[in-house]
Amino acid sequence: MACTAETLAAALRAAAAVIAEHRAELVDLDRAIGDADHGENMDRGFTAIVSALDSATPETPAAVAKLAATTLISKVGGAAGPLYGTAFLRASVKLGDAAEVDGPLLVEALRAALEGVQARGKAVGGDATMVDALIPAVSAAEEAVGDGVAAILAAAADAADKGAESTVDLVPRKGRASYLGERAKGHMDPGARSTALLLRAFAEAAK
Amino acid sequence: MKKIINDPKTVVAESLRGLAAAHADVLRVEDDPAIVVRVDAPVAGKVAVISGGGSGHEPLHGGFVGQGMLAAAVPGAVFTSPTPDAVEAAVKATTGDAGALLIVKNYTGDVLNFETAGELAAAEGLDVRSVVIDDDVAVKDSTYTAGRRGVGGTVLLEKITGAAAERGDTLDAVEALARKVIGQVRSIGVALTAPTVPHAGEPSFDLADDEIEFGIGIHGEPGIERTAVTTADELVARMVEAVVTDLPFAEGDKVLLFTNSMGGTPLVELYLAHGIAERLLAERGIVVERRLVGPYITSLEMQGMSLTLLKLDDELTELWDAPVNTPALRWGV
Repeated sequence: MACTAETLAAALRAAAAVIAEHRAELVDLDRAIGDADHGENMDRGFTAIVSALDSATPETPAAVAKLAATTLISKVGGAAGPLYGTAFLRASVKLGDAAEVDGPLLVEALRAALEGVQARGKAVGGDATMVDALIPAVSAAEEAVGDGVAAILAAAADAADKGAESTVDLVPRKGRASYLGERAKGHMDPGARSTALLLRAFAEAAK
Repeated sequence: MKKIINDPKTVVAESLRGLAAAHADVLRVEDDPAIVVRVDAPVAGKVAVISGGGSGHEPLHGGFVGQGMLAAAVPGAVFTSPTPDAVEAAVKATTGDAGALLIVKNYTGDVLNFETAGELAAAEGLDVRSVVIDDDVAVKDSTYTAGRRGVGGTVLLEKITGAAAERGDTLDAVEALARKVIGQVRSIGVALTAPTVPHAGEPSFDLADDEIEFGIGIHGEPGIERTAVTTADELVARMVEAVVTDLPFAEGDKVLLFTNSMGGTPLVELYLAHGIAERLLAERGIVVERRLVGPYITSLEMQGMSLTLLKLDDELTELWDAPVNTPALRWGV
């Protein structure tokens, strides 16, 4: 199965539902080590993506991803807006004018998204950020590149879950949680959790 | 959670409506994206000093828009930096040939969004520079953190650069002045209670009745250390020590002492603490030449306070004393 503009739009709607469902959980994770806004901000952004999809019909997967990117950048604020916005923007550029996204192109787009997040946020693995979910997700996707879109996303989501779990034991070195130093240990990074939630939503939608 | 609100989603927009109604002679508020703009902007031939960040720190930043201070403020959602298009809208509404200076507090979200906005404005041919303020001595500035936070010093930076812009300084000069102020201002904050973000509905951290957070920022994030409640004398002594030894401030230095309430601490306690700080500085031979006492950069209803010291010279003192007409700071007009 390949991914079209319609299926990507459907996946984003599914992701919005998942984010809404986990809004309070993300707020609580952020409350522990930050300023308690991550769930609210993600919910605001993905609700806006659904509205944007209701009023426009982008014709290519890249156009859908770009719509998501510009919506997140203009509606979310905080660190999450520019970081997730950049991820979707870089993925969109990589998707080009393809009408359908196959496994190899999907993996390239995921890699571009990761590189975009790292370029903006300057975080590396082990800093206890969303990158700790994205790096293993992209590696797992690359290993599954020949298995088709659904299997690639499932592998990425599994790896992202483990990556998010790994942030519990880390001392944050980026973002607001970094000010807490050792005191932030024992808490999952909210951005890593939201990344894992999004990839899981995409994987479920691709089944 | 008990708050005088209708809906957590509309808190900022409704608050801005009230700000505009209360101070229509000084500023106006534009919707979508929400920005607060000097009523006479753009002011021809003068640099626009623009700042912004999450809401919940009032009067920062909207309360400092007006003659002699900010040309515009960009309020984000509560404790969330504004988006790049909102910052860009503020730049476009206020910036003429003299250009604009963006004052950014050192938080990841603020830096990312203002950085992007600066690029957007530059792409449209506007001369926009930005400075990042990082005056919080609680945070060790190392490669392993996001660096020091911008806190109380922001208010003093906005006043002084705003005065320089008002007297007609060039963008180069205003930017250089901003960097000078950032280089010689330091702050420390403490919290006695946590704030409650409207959309979260519960306090941002749990603090026992006999505990305080030392070295807090302005977003309800915990401090660098949790300690036992102590006397005002001991607490203020520890705060003064932390600030004075950081720059360091030396005997004979002339300073501005800013004693700030985080929102929930009443003036009776704030003046009490200010008096102690003045005495301790005098004992060190540091000369307090100017003061500011009150709630100016807050964290919703959080009980707590911050101390900020700015090393003064004749130019900074003159700019501090210059006329200002904003909702929250007003003198000389």
